[in-house]
Amino acid sequence: MAEPRIDELTGRETMGHDFDGIEELNNPMPRWWLISFYLLIIWGIGYTIAYPAWPMISGASKGLLGYSTRGEVAADITAHEAANAELVTALLAQDMGEFDPQSDLHRYAAARGGAVFRAQCSQCHGAGAAGGEGYPNLLDNDWLWGGSLKDVAYSIRHGIRNQTDDDARYSEMPAFKDILEAEQIAAIAAFIPTLPQADWESEAGVLFTDNCASCHGDQGTGDRELGAPNLADALWLYGGDQETLVETITYSRFGVMPAWGQRLSEEDVRAVATYVHALGGGE
Amino acid sequence: MPESSTSLYAAREPIFPRRVSGRFRNLKWVIMVVTLGIYYLTPWIRWDRGPNLPDQAVLVDLAGRRFYFFWIEIWPHEFYFVAGLLIMAGLGLFLFTSALGRVWCGYTCPQTVWTDLFILVERWIEGDRNARVKLHHAGWSVRKARLRLTKWIVWALIGLGTGGAWVFYFADAPTLFRDLINLEAAPVAYATIAILTATTFVFGGFMREQVCIYMCPWPRIQGAMMDNDTLTVGYRDWRGEPRGKARDANAGDCVDCMACVNVCPMGIDIRDGQQMECITCALCIDACDDVMDKLGRDRGLIDYLALSDAPREEAGEKPKPIWHHVLRRRTVLYTAIWSLVGFAMVYALFMRPEIEMTVAPVRNPTFVTLSDGSIRNAYELRLRNKHGAERMFGIHVNGDAMWVLGLEGSPYSAVPVAANETLKLRVYVTAPVGSESAQAAETPLRFWVDDLANGERAYKNTIFNGSGS
Ligand code: SF4
Ligand code: SF4
Repeated sequence: MAEPRIDELTGRETMGHDFDGIEELNNPMPRWWLISFYLLIIWGIGYTIAYPAWPMISGASKGLLGYSTRGEVAADITAHEAANAELVTALLAQDMGEFDPQSDLHRYAAARGGAVFRAQCSQCHGAGAAGGEGYPNLLDNDWLWGGSLKDVAYSIRHGIRNQTDDDARYSEMPAFKDILEAEQIAAIAAFIPTLPQADWESEAGVLFTDNCASCHGDQGTGDRELGAPNLADALWLYGGDQETLVETITYSRFGVMPAWGQRLSEEDVRAVATYVHALGGGE
Repeated sequence: MPESSTSLYAAREPIFPRRVSGRFRNLKWVIMVVTLGIYYLTPWIRWDRGPNLPDQAVLVDLAGRRFYFFWIEIWPHEFYFVAGLLIMAGLGLFLFTSALGRVWCGYTCPQTVWTDLFILVERWIEGDRNARVKLHHAGWSVRKARLRLTKWIVWALIGLGTGGAWVFYFADAPTLFRDLINLEAAPVAYATIAILTATTFVFGGFMREQVCIYMCPWPRIQGAMMDNDTLTVGYRDWRGEPRGKARDANAGDCVDCMACVNVCPMGIDIRDGQQMECITCALCIDACDDVMDKLGRDRGLIDYLALSDAPREEAGEKPKPIWHHVLRRRTVLYTAIWSLVGFAMVYALFMRPEIEMTVAPVRNPTFVTLSDGSIRNAYELRLRNKHGAERMFGIHVNGDAMWVLGLEGSPYSAVPVAANETLKLRVYVTAPVGSESAQAAETPLRFWVDDLANGERAYKNTIFNGSGS
């Protein structure tokens, strides 16, 4: 290397770089800065060896410490499960017939159930549980199969009219197009909205008593054993207007809900039942 | 070749402030004792708040999300009090700076106070300026190593005390102290202590004025707070210049003894005029006054003075009275805003409602039709009990007389709220079928909450959503 040139103006060494007559002075970095810089480089290399870092052909290097974010999440989940183990045991032992809504266990179950509901149930019943056409509103006080905590839990566990669970709640309404004439169907459809103060002596009243009362009851108030809707109240699952009623009677309806007991743990079933029951509709 | 160095990284010129005594030095000692005393002792003041509540007068309870200050208790949603205090602190700084320059820096800034303490220790162990300069230039010897080590250990202990005191503001002090000793305290406590010990040690021991000059933003901003009437430390050059021997009849009052330079913790010469580095600690005033006393000359060659007075004094007139400098439009304005914020905060503090409630209508769905056709709305209520004992809150609604109120999970219209807790409660309001509010799109609704024990009450207005048909 050539002798370092001394810049005349400043009396300082130059770097020997010359760009069109402009020279660069040698202003070294402070030593503490350089030392920290080199130490950090060394530390950085060590870090990428200890932790997953280098991209490889299939995935990144694993790192000597065996750390992974997935592993951390798994550990987190395990820790939370361990922390809640007592509550889960209590929930599994809880008599769902008399669940004190003021208890800490109930609060835990409702909170856990809320999470399950948003993940599993909200697709059909809506994020706010208000349901939609064909999907029951879980906030109101109208229940096809019963609204007690036990009943709700059973419906969730075994589902409705599915083929996968032998204990599923099951009933089937006949399609009346093969049984009644179109005019008779129209007459019944016109009769139903007049319930409960209806003219039972009328032709439609007699038709209803003959064809519908066996399931929906003498007064049309439904039968929870069969999941037969109450036709005398203000709520309609598929709609209460003439056209919809004609369609419902003609072709019948067949709402299906999966058996969640096959997909969720028992504590999750109980939790989500608690949540639904606490939404304001529970009986 | 010009003399001036162009290095971007000038090596630090070590500063060895000389001992000085005088009125400003005494004031600084008093302020040091008071501020450090407040800092170290405050967490140990006890304050009985009744059961379930901490007994520490000043406590930042991060886990419980509360701030306790004697009888005042701040909840997270009242953080504006802290913001207000910060605004007041800022305005106070503006006020003092516009009146007296960097007095905050010179007397009360933690960096100054701890540096002062560290220099005191240094002087005890290594002797005054000359001894320290000599020791600094001497090669390593057993004596030097011993002195240095003693000094660093004492510094480290002070640092430890500083970091140690800090954590006590965040937990019950006696308990934490025991835990710390037994190595049972939270790792974050040890980490905090370690970091504060290290920063105190490095900032107070080694960086000192470098922190003030290069790290602190305040010196760069302060210029905007000051004007020609600001009282700040200055040198009466018309009286001192030309410098010369005391015997020299033609010379000014300054005998060029360098006392003012040697005592300056910032390592500057105030005779060069106002400088950014000067923290107006007034030690140079004490030093020079001492010299003037010995020479039998008037004090005040270096003094708190305002630039606007210089020409008048030079012309032999009297300087403007002190109140003229302190009471200026600028300072009055700062004081006014400062007091305004203060009054607003005190007002807010006393007007804080005893019962706090928020009402959020559930919007998904906005209403539910029940089987008999009635319309039900759900609301999320948050009831806050800021008392140390459980309270029973009764809830009712005003609006449509036909409304029926129902609380989640309770057959009654009253709920207990545990001490110091916020209860989240779902409340249902049902309008019977055919009622006005069931049919209207919206009806105003007012929730009332009252403490069943003492009758205190509060309300919140909201809306009832009907079917709109
Ligand atoms: S010049 Fe005087 S007032 Fe300013 S920092 Fe130095 S000693 Fe303190
Ligand atoms: S202490 Fe006073 S007399 Fe001595 S150099 Fe400073 S200004 Fe001059």
